[in-house]
Amino acid sequence: MRTLIAACASAALCLGAGTGAAEGQKLVIEGQEMVTRAPAPDWHPLTEVISGWEFRDPATQALQMDDFENPAMIFVDQAREMWSTPDGAAGKSCESCHGAVEDSMKGVRAVMPKFNEEAGTLWSLEDYINNCRTARMQAEPWKWSGSEMTAMTALITLQSRGMPVAVRIDGPYQSWWEKGREIYYTRYGQLELACANCHEDHYGQMIRADRLSQGQINGFPTYRLKNAKLNSIHNRFYGCIRDTRGVPFAEGSDEFKALELYVASRGLGLSIEGPAVRN
Amino acid sequence: MRLARNLAFGLVAALGAGVAQAAEIVPGDVVFRDGAVETPLTDQPGDPARGREVFSQRSQGNCIACHAVSSLSDVPWHGEIGPPLDGVAERWSEAELRGIVANAKIMFPDSMMPSFYKVTGFIRPGDGFTAKPAKEIKPLLTAQQIEDVVAFLKTLK
Ligand code: HEC
Ligand code: HEC
Ligand code: HEC
Repeated sequence: MRTLIAACASAALCLGAGTGAAEGQKLVIEGQEMVTRAPAPDWHPLTEVISGWEFRDPATQALQMDDFENPAMIFVDQAREMWSTPDGAAGKSCESCHGAVEDSMKGVRAVMPKFNEEAGTLWSLEDYINNCRTARMQAEPWKWSGSEMTAMTALITLQSRGMPVAVRIDGPYQSWWEKGREIYYTRYGQLELACANCHEDHYGQMIRADRLSQGQINGFPTYRLKNAKLNSIHNRFYGCIRDTRGVPFAEGSDEFKALELYVASRGLGLSIEGPAVRN
Repeated sequence: MRLARNLAFGLVAALGAGVAQAAEIVPGDVVFRDGAVETPLTDQPGDPARGREVFSQRSQGNCIACHAVSSLSDVPWHGEIGPPLDGVAERWSEAELRGIVANAKIMFPDSMMPSFYKVTGFIRPGDGFTAKPAKEIKPLLTAQQIEDVVAFLKTLK
């Protein structure tokens, strides 16, 4: 009995059911094929990295395959308006300095979070946006997971759609990456569960009504059918730790930025597919 | 007889909650031997019907989130993280089942299964699912709920 259980504690042997997705199904959006499975880098605990899209049911998957069906696109349209609308005491819009979002923001998401030399620290996309708002536009910062911020991160993310996740983990990134890895393997809360318990050891399996994915962030911000809005990366981390009956770190905290870097690196090679649709 | 006792207990419990909770072993005093717990945690025998609820309800044990059980086919969504528990009473004794439910990490080191009768050693424990720090840490299940769920597991033959 015990050996049977021990064998099942390793994901590879328990996986049987696969991802729950129709094997060989491709994610093609507006004619562009996304990489939803990629070989993992050497240091990675898994051999293959898999996008969260593969684990969703066919109806949810289909919503992401057509921009007219994807409910996130309403928010992207709102962000396009904000992009060219002046705000703040400096009377500037994003467009005043950055021009067309399609050109200036291409590839930006793929390398986030990114070390900011001037500030000497790791910044998420939200930090870059709020820095422009406060320091360059003299406007109020947006709330980390508020509707303006998630809409803007969706618009910017869209400009990297189909590009591979390409975060750096060397040099000044290394200590952040290590901190993120430590958090990933820490068993938080009264349920004593680490990210790895669910997203590394048991992906592909059902936990009550949810099929566990690898917990990748290449699809963020995600539109969730559950709350009918865009959800930020840090908000997802927050919810996952709260559900361990734990006290999450704050959105925008150094802990979550470190975790964001580490989790992003666990998806190196997957296509940026945000804004994705999830349940 | 059993029914009468449970009825009487229910009555007393309804009258004066805490007072009626007779002898009960607190989490720190539970004695584990090879992962098993010989002595029941309360002197009130477990009730399998209540144990079924503990097993199925999200607000209680939520065991079903990780374990499938054929006899619970009326409850939707059985998880796949742990082994299906059909026939579990033939694999483990009552004492072993009690030990596994109270603190599975003693029987199965590093198990993903939560420790249901433990109050120390947590990292950033919250007050339930509120995301606020816990003021006082109560075990995930009460001594009686543990006995009830063990009684339910014993029906899985
Ligand atoms: C006054 C000019 C100005 C305005 C207005 C402005 N930015 Fe910026 N922004 C910059 C400069 C300068 C940089 C840093 C140089 C660079 O990397 O392009 C920058 C950097 C960024 C970056 C990081 C790009 C990268 O590759 O690291 C993002 C994202 C960004 N801005 C978004 C926005 C958004 C969204 C708005 C509107 C809410 C906005 N900016 C408004 C000047 C501006
Ligand atoms: C108790 C299990 C559990 C734990 C522990 C857990 N999660 Fe999750 N997580 C889920 C479930 C369930 C979902 C929704 C289904 C899915 O995508 O896996 C989810 C979703 C996610 C997603 C969204 C994936 C997507 O494609 O949209 C991310 C990202 C994520 N989790 C990250 C984390 C991180 C980081 C941690 C650790 C801080 C963590 N999770 C801990 C259960 C868990
Ligand atoms: C987060 C998932 C999870 C939850 C919730 C959970 N368990 Fe488990 N359980 C497991 C895993 C995983 C194992 C396999 C032991 C190991 O870790 O090697 C297990 C093993 C067991 C076993 C031994 C099974 C056998 O066939 O040998 C019993 C009995 C058991 N659990 C009962 C329960 C009860 C009762 C509850 C609710 C009070 C519960 N579990 C809640 C994950 C869980």
